[in-house]
Amino acid sequence: MSEHIDITLTVNGERVTARVEARRHLVDFLRLDLGLMGTHVGCEHGVCGACTLRVDGEIVRGCLVLAASLDGATVQTIEGASDTGEIRDLQDAFIARNAAQCGFCTPGMLMAAADLLAHTPSPSREAIREHLSGNYCRCTGYQAIVDAVETAARTRAKA
Amino acid sequence: MKAPRFSYVRPASLPEALRLLADSGPDARLLAGGQSLLAALAFRLSDPQLLIDISRLPELKGVARVGDRLRIGAGTTHAALGRDPLVAAAAPLLAEAVPHIAHPAIRNRGTIGGSLAYADPAAELPACVLALEAELIAHSAAGERRIRAAEFFTGLFSTALRPEEILVAIEVPAAAAGDRHAIVEVARRSGDYAMAGVAVAATTAGAGVGTLRPVFFALGDGPVLASGAARALERGPLTAERIAAAKAALSADLDPPGDLHGGPQMKRHLAGVVLERALARIGSGERRAA
Repeated sequence: MSEHIDITLTVNGERVTARVEARRHLVDFLRLDLGLMGTHVGCEHGVCGACTLRVDGEIVRGCLVLAASLDGATVQTIEGASDTGEIRDLQDAFIARNAAQCGFCTPGMLMAAADLLAHTPSPSREAIREHLSGNYCRCTGYQAIVDAVETAARTRAKA
Repeated sequence: MKAPRFSYVRPASLPEALRLLADSGPDARLLAGGQSLLAALAFRLSDPQLLIDISRLPELKGVARVGDRLRIGAGTTHAALGRDPLVAAAAPLLAEAVPHIAHPAIRNRGTIGGSLAYADPAAELPACVLALEAELIAHSAAGERRIRAAEFFTGLFSTALRPEEILVAIEVPAAAAGDRHAIVEVARRSGDYAMAGVAVAATTAGAGVGTLRPVFFALGDGPVLASGAARALERGPLTAERIAAAKAALSADLDPPGDLHGGPQMKRHLAGVVLERALARIGSGERRAA
């Protein structure tokens, strides 16, 4: 029972040991303590989805998870998913379709889109919009983002 | 926004968690999936001295068929609830509610026990367990206490749970072959809290409805069983006249407060809309799982 908690976890394949403030959420831990700035901090109360990343293989809101609760967990951020090449096709489709909008939501969008394609190989546009609905931020209509995810899904289906 | 300072502890067992909770008094809060609590802390709407993390307690895990009932561990995440074959077979209303609950990233952490104990009036699962006449099982140092869903929700964000109790499981009577269910809601953005919604559990008798429990959410200070609408529909076919009578009965069943989406009149209108849509599904015999 303490305001500071010792944790050991795996972040993007590397073992990390740290002492964290109990109130520290995962995104601040990644950005401020580990210097991994790819995961964005938007609303910090679970609404915008900019901080979407993976804990133990499943996407979560990084701002709604305490670092202190992650002893033994496996965390993967946009840096990790990018470095492994796992989402290269999605990233290429986002670039080709200029699907960044203002760019703030992009890391979370990619993590949510990768999650969709992992569970649903050939999603409809409606299913894409539904799955990405937790990442709507504020600018424009997500049309190019839906296009990009659809393109990546089709390309994977042909592969 | 950053949460205020607090201490954190993750007990390894339910007895240890109960002891910590009893020793800490009102300054402690239980942390389950954290999908409401951590947002509330970020807003500084809550200022606990200690968070007791119950998210990994083995006693709160698992879904099992127990005779003619389904027992769902309070720590079951929404995502797990939505893909569990036992839930799909024995409590399909709960499985069908899952896609309405927030977004995939939140469903991977949020738990059924957390949702019920938090008792947000706009949440889906409180309405579902009331429609299904579930029993909620709480533990304290004194032992186990079973609370019927009808007695569990006591008002806005309020439940019958005592400060020293932890909700450990939910038991739902297993659905029978002829049972029907539907959940319908209206929200501004998919996954947002509902502006109005209804969960309906019904039995069938001949070509019509036997019993029917329509429970509304986002239309009161908790889940609201519309008993007048139910009386207008029970023991008979779902004809246009009877559906119209049920919608008319909602004016006495519901007394919705206005909220940021609109005033009481709009809420009353939407209540009729979601009820009619839900009854259309029940009338068509649509069921996700047999």
